[in-house]
Amino acid sequence: MAEAALRTESLQKLFGGLAAVNGVSLACELGRVHAVIGPNGAGKTTLINLLSGDLEPSSGRIEILGREVTGLAPHRISQMGVGRSYQRTNIFMRFTAFENCRLAAQSRLPTSMRFLRPAARYSAVNDAAAKALEVCDLSSRQDTVAAELSHGERRQLEVAMTLATSPKVLLLDEPLAGMGAEESARMVELLRRLAPGHAMLLVEHDMDAVFALADTLTVMVNGSVLASGTPEEIRASREVQEAYLGSEEHG
Amino acid sequence: MERQPLALRIVLAAGLVALAAFPFVGEKFYVQFVTKVMIWAIFAVSLDLLVGYTGLVSLGHALSYGLAAYTLMLLTPQYEAAGFWTSLGASLGVAALAALVVGLLVLRTSGIYFIMVTLAFGQMAYYYVHDSDRLGGSDGKYIYVRPALEIAGWKPFDLDQFTHFYYVALALLAGVYFALRVLLASPFGRVIVGIKENEHRMRMLGFATFRYKLVCFVLAGVLAGLAGWLAAAHDGLVNPEMLSWHQSGQLLMMVILGGMGTPSGPILGAAALKVLELLFQSWTKHWQLLLGGFIVLAVLLIPRGLAQLFEWKRRG
Amino acid sequence: MDTAIFLIQVLNGIQYGLLLFLVASGLTLIFGIMGIINLAHGSFYMIGAYLAFSLTRLIGDFWLALAAGVVVAVAIGLLLEWLVMRFLYQRDHLYQVLLTYGLILIFEEARSLVWGDDVHGVAVPGALAHSIPLTENLSYQVYRLAMSGICLAIALGMYWLIQKTRLGMTIRAGSVNREMVQSLGINIGLLYRLVFALGVALAALAGMLASPVSSVFPGMGNQVLIISFVVVVIGGIGSVKGALVAALLIGLADTFGKVLVPQIAGMVVYLLMAAILLWRPQGIFGRG
Repeated sequence: MAEAALRTESLQKLFGGLAAVNGVSLACELGRVHAVIGPNGAGKTTLINLLSGDLEPSSGRIEILGREVTGLAPHRISQMGVGRSYQRTNIFMRFTAFENCRLAAQSRLPTSMRFLRPAARYSAVNDAAAKALEVCDLSSRQDTVAAELSHGERRQLEVAMTLATSPKVLLLDEPLAGMGAEESARMVELLRRLAPGHAMLLVEHDMDAVFALADTLTVMVNGSVLASGTPEEIRASREVQEAYLGSEEHG
Repeated sequence: MERQPLALRIVLAAGLVALAAFPFVGEKFYVQFVTKVMIWAIFAVSLDLLVGYTGLVSLGHALSYGLAAYTLMLLTPQYEAAGFWTSLGASLGVAALAALVVGLLVLRTSGIYFIMVTLAFGQMAYYYVHDSDRLGGSDGKYIYVRPALEIAGWKPFDLDQFTHFYYVALALLAGVYFALRVLLASPFGRVIVGIKENEHRMRMLGFATFRYKLVCFVLAGVLAGLAGWLAAAHDGLVNPEMLSWHQSGQLLMMVILGGMGTPSGPILGAAALKVLELLFQSWTKHWQLLLGGFIVLAVLLIPRGLAQLFEWKRRG
Repeated sequence: MDTAIFLIQVLNGIQYGLLLFLVASGLTLIFGIMGIINLAHGSFYMIGAYLAFSLTRLIGDFWLALAAGVVVAVAIGLLLEWLVMRFLYQRDHLYQVLLTYGLILIFEEARSLVWGDDVHGVAVPGALAHSIPLTENLSYQVYRLAMSGICLAIALGMYWLIQKTRLGMTIRAGSVNREMVQSLGINIGLLYRLVFALGVALAALAGMLASPVSSVFPGMGNQVLIISFVVVVIGGIGSVKGALVAALLIGLADTFGKVLVPQIAGMVVYLLMAAILLWRPQGIFGRG
């Protein structure tokens, strides 16, 4: 059994009296895709926020690459090799696609407290940015300002920025959000290419994409885990069908 | 990282040449006026580092400026000159320390609250100095002799001569300008700009943004200290008004008017505001009416400041 | 400090605080509802005071002058809103700061043109010109008590307006979520005009009430402006309740500061603000 790159134990997040995430335990190994699905309000985004450090857990444990990261600041978690993309595009709108990725890649320098040499001369950083853009099919658009990219391209840029930080663990929050059929297919292809080199936790509503990519599925309802297993097991589970799957098949 | 539009570069180069030649043709009053403008320009550039680049709007920037000025005053013997390097070093050091202490406290807030907390610290310093007899109280104190530089008996320049002071100020302004451009192109500079654009994302990308903001705050403080040292040396007087919110406010006006987030913007803004002031003052006793009117119209008609005018040339 | 002196300081502190509340509540409403930082708010305080000076000389009766003054101030405010302010709604705060700073310069100079630069006094209205004895040697001016009373009445009136009326409900909603109120079809332009007029009226009224006590002088607008901003920020932007609590806090702190620690009296208010903001960055009643 491969060592889990990402593991949570009884993770809980309380807002006042409400448990947005309630006792969630899951694991994801390098080279595997773990998809988290569930109806709106199930706590999926809260879960990702907990894993990326955007939110602090009320209780429970999070381990990344064997080290405990519960309650660490987001920038520390990122430096440990975690990359996170957002459901609502969260990029640098006024920078070019290349600069977006370059800045992301720059975060991997030992320190950015460098005041003299132009940032553009750090070739390793530039290479990482170019590579990330290439993997995401954005090389031709690299000099375009992000605000002028199409919605689908911006979602790709979201992923590219995450990749530019050379993460081992990818936390992707609805990467297909708002995409049409063709764009979605391209994104699924991209994610399929990325899967072997990373531990990927994927929150998605698009069931076709989920079943095409996932090695493991976790179904969340009202903050708790309803069921967890292989796609076949989940598809066959009556519980899941009743609670969720039937209505989502055409979502 | 954009290259500057050609029109702007030409204007700036021409400006530099004009400034260098000016003392040969200008009267003493105007040479001293331009010296003051250049000092304000350095001060404005230092605030722009916070406002235009990092997105930190400080209404207490005069704190570092004023403390540096007072340091020079304290180090200047009654009727002699203070050492050039020692007084400059001490002034910059005090400015940096003040910025460090205040920065550690205020950088935990943001938005309008940041503006107000910086104002609070600025006002505290103002009242401390204002109520202190030792520091001259509300009248302040005089500096009778400007700092002097001597290297083994040789004086490269004599600051008490207004043309020498002018060129020293010009050299420092040019140096600050180029240093800023280098800084902005550096990895540090890119982080700063990224913080203004989307600080949350910067944190998620792995940058410890607080540290960078603090360093930026201190750098801005040091530059403000340079301006304060120069202002005190030039005017020969330090008083609490140098630390007041009016000072910080007027400075903010220069930065916004000239165009934030551009290296030349604050310089243009400082020049514009001071020149307009002089011009309007020569027309009428009620010149503030004209200046106020100009500012109102400028905001309504030129949304992004004077430097934006050059952007039009590039696109056109 | 004996009881009588203590009582006087408390009354003074409350009176100053309530006056600040009038000014600050207008400022916080304008910022909270309209999203505008208005540096010229202090100018309306000054305009109010100068109007009190001129109108009492013209009309003779202080209270009639007060009423007339409020009307004139509101008229000026509405004109300003129509001419200039309504272009600021969508703009970045920095430009609002810059433009309203320009307005301060204009107002100061206009004041100089119309009234000159001298310091003026306004007579305390006759009926309230006497003092209540507290001890053998100390007494307290009735007018000051009346000031506090009027400000308190206004505070209660504002409470009623904001908590108990539909307009108030709209205002509260608007301070929490401007877009939502707009999308509900409420005439946002009218609401803004009303809020701005209210803010201006409060500031001018404060200036008029204060004039017999603190006289009428150039620069009074700037002085009160900066303290009002401190009140707004400590109380929490958009919160009238917060403005009241913070204003009283500042009024008392400043008054006692001058008496207890005169060497650092000027710093007291700012030390207080720094301490509160470092403890609770969004202000006492502000939304995180």
